[in-house]
Amino acid sequence: MEKSLNWREYIITRAIKASGYSAIVFVLLIFFFLMREGLPALGEVEPASLFNLRWYPIESYFGILPLITGSLIVTIGATLIAVPFGIGTAVYISEIAPRWMREILKPLVELLGGLPSVVLGFLGILVVSPNLRILLDLPTGLTAFTGSLLLGGIAVPTVVSVAEDALDAVPRSYREGAWALGATPWQTIWRVTLPAAKSGVLTAVMLGVGRAIGETMTVMMVTGNAPVLALKLGSLFSPVRTMTATIAAEMGEVANGSVHYHTLFLIGIILFLISLTVNVIASSVVFRAKKRAERILS
Amino acid sequence: MKRVLAFFLVTSFLVISCASSSTGAASNSPAQYIENKGSDTIVNLALAWAERYQVVHPDVRISVTGGGSGTGLAALINNTVDIANASRKIKDEEVAEAQAKGVEPLEHIIARDAIAVIVNPENPISELTLQQISDIYSGKIANWSEVGGEDRPIVKLSRETNSGTHVYFLETVLRLGSKENKTLFSTDTLLLPSSEGIIAEVRQNPNAIGYDGLGYVPDDLKMVAIAKEAGGAYVLPAIETVNDKTYPIARDLYMYTNGEPSGVVKEYLDWILSEEAQTIVADLGFVPVK
Repeated sequence: MEKSLNWREYIITRAIKASGYSAIVFVLLIFFFLMREGLPALGEVEPASLFNLRWYPIESYFGILPLITGSLIVTIGATLIAVPFGIGTAVYISEIAPRWMREILKPLVELLGGLPSVVLGFLGILVVSPNLRILLDLPTGLTAFTGSLLLGGIAVPTVVSVAEDALDAVPRSYREGAWALGATPWQTIWRVTLPAAKSGVLTAVMLGVGRAIGETMTVMMVTGNAPVLALKLGSLFSPVRTMTATIAAEMGEVANGSVHYHTLFLIGIILFLISLTVNVIASSVVFRAKKRAERILS
Repeated sequence: MKRVLAFFLVTSFLVISCASSSTGAASNSPAQYIENKGSDTIVNLALAWAERYQVVHPDVRISVTGGGSGTGLAALINNTVDIANASRKIKDEEVAEAQAKGVEPLEHIIARDAIAVIVNPENPISELTLQQISDIYSGKIANWSEVGGEDRPIVKLSRETNSGTHVYFLETVLRLGSKENKTLFSTDTLLLPSSEGIIAEVRQNPNAIGYDGLGYVPDDLKMVAIAKEAGGAYVLPAIETVNDKTYPIARDLYMYTNGEPSGVVKEYLDWILSEEAQTIVADLGFVPVK
């Protein structure tokens, strides 16, 4: 009897351990796969050509700079929209809204998060882009800004639900202490609750950024996909081509093992490195914030 | 409940029967499959053909998918489809690749297609020469006033580079059919992933110019009459002008098979060239081969 219990215990703990390690294994496998398929591009395409300003793979122009700047400008735009809206919503839900309002808002925000990105893309093509063109008097409504608006909409639910959890975890005594000192509700939120939830809120922002930079379908539908170098502020209101849309649009057609194929994987590696950097920065900031909090408390 | 049960019985029977046919000895078993894949330009036509053919021949099942000419030809090279649809001729590299894998692509011309250049109905422009269209897409002409229109910026729309239509437009219009001409699309040309994207943008944007297969242009958009050379006659795309070869941007559409087709695939291809099937071609806005 006891022996069989030990056996079961052994198997179960091993199984759990294995599933824990599997995450590491999968990330490593994906990483090696990306490297194997993407690194040959560095040898096949001359570096000068890689930093060319034209992306036109069917004639062997492999300039990836326009794609990188395209992704960055759309993501930065989306972050600028999603962060204030997301944190604002989270603060409202967790600190200000009455209970009945909170019970309506929370599920609604989660529903928004579950909206398929293709649907948002349709909305973008048929409603957002024509109206933006007329409103801002642009040549076309298919611009980086349209992409930013929709990606912002996609990232908001992520930011809201993580930030709201972080704010919720701040002990009630912090707020009571602030009120007892005569702080207004706004002062309490801005000086006490938000700083106390800083690491969670930062995680929320970084997850939102990650959600925006990896999004494919919506940007492919609404940003116009023109591979133009986007360095000026005005580029926000002209068409751009992102890295994700390029991979999605071209991977289906490309001959296995060709230069174009390897270059698309190289773009995948760059995308991977960018989100890795975002994550490392986020966790180091969170880690430092935690250390400081410990020092203050001790 | 009974109906659900009956449905399961029927489907499982179908699964069993097709499993037994795929193991292969009996060639005249009830369901025969034809895999048909490739050009998005042809996909609607291929679907219409498949539907009609399956009504007359209930024992044949034809599955039609799009994805682009290159996708279809790649599948033929890997021997995963019976018929590949292509809106361009197969490239020499693709033939070489196919032969290396023991596949002999055989070409069948199944219909003709014209590419219409479309603008918003509010745009007063109704005639352009091939050279003007080339200059617009290569970025030399950036404002409609330079070709006699209003003072508006030109927004150029194109299909993605993996589309057969894109390559055809590049070769015939941008490069005016000359092999030495290395003109490229200007980088600010919008590359849209679907015909619908182009149509939706042209419909609501008076600055836009786009191109698409004649069969896909809805009535509420304006097609531009095109002259091959300056001073030549401007011709609107239509079935007659494509057939008498006066409209300059028209091409043949192909189906490719692995070697001389046999069995159901041969019967299907023969039927496609019949009068009945070619009427469907005209119905969908393409141009019949005979």
